[in-house]
Amino acid sequence: MMVIRRFEEEAARNYAKGNIGGFLHLYIGQEAIAVAACEVLGESDYIFQTYRDHGIALARGMPSTAAMAELFGKDTGCSRGLGGSMHFFDVERGFLGGWAIIGGHLALAAGTAFKSKYAGESNVTVCFFGEGSTNIGGFHEALSLAGLWKLPIVFICENNQYAMGTPLERTSPLKDLSKKAEGYGMEGDRFEGHDVEVVQERIGAAVERARSGEGPTFIEIQTYRFRGHSMSDPAKYRSRTELEQRKQKDPIVVLRERLLGLGVEESVLDDIDLAVDEETDAAVRFAEESEPARHEMMMTTVLAPEDES
Amino acid sequence: MREIRYRDALREAMLEEMRRDESVFLMGEEVGHYQGAYKVSEGLLDEFGERRVIDTPIAEAGFAGVGIGAAMVGLRPIIEFMTWNFSFVAFDQIISNAAKLHQMSAGAIRVPIVFRGPNGAAKQVGSQHSHSVAPFYTNIPGLHVVQPSTPRDAKGLLKSAIRSNNPVVFLEGETLYGVKGEVPDEGVDELIPIGESRLARPGSDCTIVTWGRPYYTALAAADKLAAEGIECEVVDPRTLRPLDTSLMIESIKKTNRCVVVHEHWPYGGPGAEIVDRLQREVFDYLDAPIERVTALDVPMPYALNLEDSVLPTEARVIDAVKRVSYAE
Repeated sequence: MMVIRRFEEEAARNYAKGNIGGFLHLYIGQEAIAVAACEVLGESDYIFQTYRDHGIALARGMPSTAAMAELFGKDTGCSRGLGGSMHFFDVERGFLGGWAIIGGHLALAAGTAFKSKYAGESNVTVCFFGEGSTNIGGFHEALSLAGLWKLPIVFICENNQYAMGTPLERTSPLKDLSKKAEGYGMEGDRFEGHDVEVVQERIGAAVERARSGEGPTFIEIQTYRFRGHSMSDPAKYRSRTELEQRKQKDPIVVLRERLLGLGVEESVLDDIDLAVDEETDAAVRFAEESEPARHEMMMTTVLAPEDES
Repeated sequence: MREIRYRDALREAMLEEMRRDESVFLMGEEVGHYQGAYKVSEGLLDEFGERRVIDTPIAEAGFAGVGIGAAMVGLRPIIEFMTWNFSFVAFDQIISNAAKLHQMSAGAIRVPIVFRGPNGAAKQVGSQHSHSVAPFYTNIPGLHVVQPSTPRDAKGLLKSAIRSNNPVVFLEGETLYGVKGEVPDEGVDELIPIGESRLARPGSDCTIVTWGRPYYTALAAADKLAAEGIECEVVDPRTLRPLDTSLMIESIKKTNRCVVVHEHWPYGGPGAEIVDRLQREVFDYLDAPIERVTALDVPMPYALNLEDSVLPTEARVIDAVKRVSYAE
């Protein structure tokens, strides 16, 4: 969680400095969810996420150097500077993207789950999206098919309360989004996302269900992003009081206090913080010093090479 | 060589490729138990079962996306749209996902998938069911767009499309399914490469570039013109992206005239792209501006007399050829 938090704070600074362009959507406040999910997933499992994808990529083990270099638009980035913040990929680790059209990647995730079932493989797919995605057609069609075919997939709705600037009560007649699960013939679950241990246990149960052939689960995790929708959003649609209240449930603070309560020495935690600081600084240096994205890569990756026949 | 129908040529292509490669499957509305809305997949369910011939709910964006996801991790889906008119609700899947993924992932992920189905006007099915969609998809880097006119090309190109490592938009002719033509015997593994045009009729006086349904209109017009002493050379691009202009260029260097005949609307699209490329490549050889015969620039009406006036006709092709030939 600290790696993600520090990485994104540094990314925000470098965005302000002009080292990072385009859109930058921060995951700060939601880290426990990505970290917990990756704890329960196996190496051959597949993960999809929206454009708010730095957290899950790092949790899955993407080096922060490759992640930061991608933000800087460098050839050493995880997508060679062709993807950017919203399109991280790490195929070797089963991280199948950062996707930037709301609702567009849910059917793709159903597709990798379809493949697992088609080929008789035991891997599962986990697909993340925000509560804003639950109103678009792509959500409906993907969950319909996954439910119909009992695909090995877990749909995780990270309900951070705001679809860009619009709060849930102005976009959905339902307060409890997990009720939607029943309409798709799948299990539903709903819980808060600030306690990494709880999140791990509950996602773990859904993953286990998928892996054992019992079909998909739709999970609503209630969370909160501490920053705006993207760097260009000052988040004036919510009060300072609301934000301060939510920060009481900062997943990092919650875990830190628990560890201290369990008798972990404060110095041990401070050492972790220091190591993370060093890792993040090294990632920025690496990104700064890397070669720019290459024209040749852009031109040669429009189409995949065909096999000789 | 035997003669078979266009729809049977397509079915044979799928049958042979599914026998050859376990990773190939067919998914779409009514492809299985119903045997295909246009009977292109007739018999496939019997041979391959429900695991590989998969009926879907009416959810084009959903099953197109499932196909793309399955292709990302190694399968070779054939996604049938009952007609290409219905692909518009899956437009985002094809354009934002299938076409972009290889580059967005810096070449790490391939999307070997075929989207296929009938395209263009049928007969009196009205404005929402008569789209000729090539202009939409040919605009997108990352896609192949194939539109075969004959049964032989349909089979050979579909086999190539299924084996391609890239997303292929495969546009069949809704009115061509019953057309018969020579096709190599079943089991003869003829692969027609994506991106190669074909000389359909030799001639010396005017080049006609055409594909899809108007291919047959243009050939009939060419026969009538021949009776009047104007010999047209007909070139079928077969693939609209990537576009092979080599035969067109060779032909125009001989005929010095060119008419492009297509079913899609006149604004942009492969028809306009062909004219743009040719006027730059063979400007010095042209004795007249290149003409186009296209659908009229209107939504397709229902009434048969009006529909007939919207689509390219023999008379309009003949007029265009005569205009560029200064024959009248």
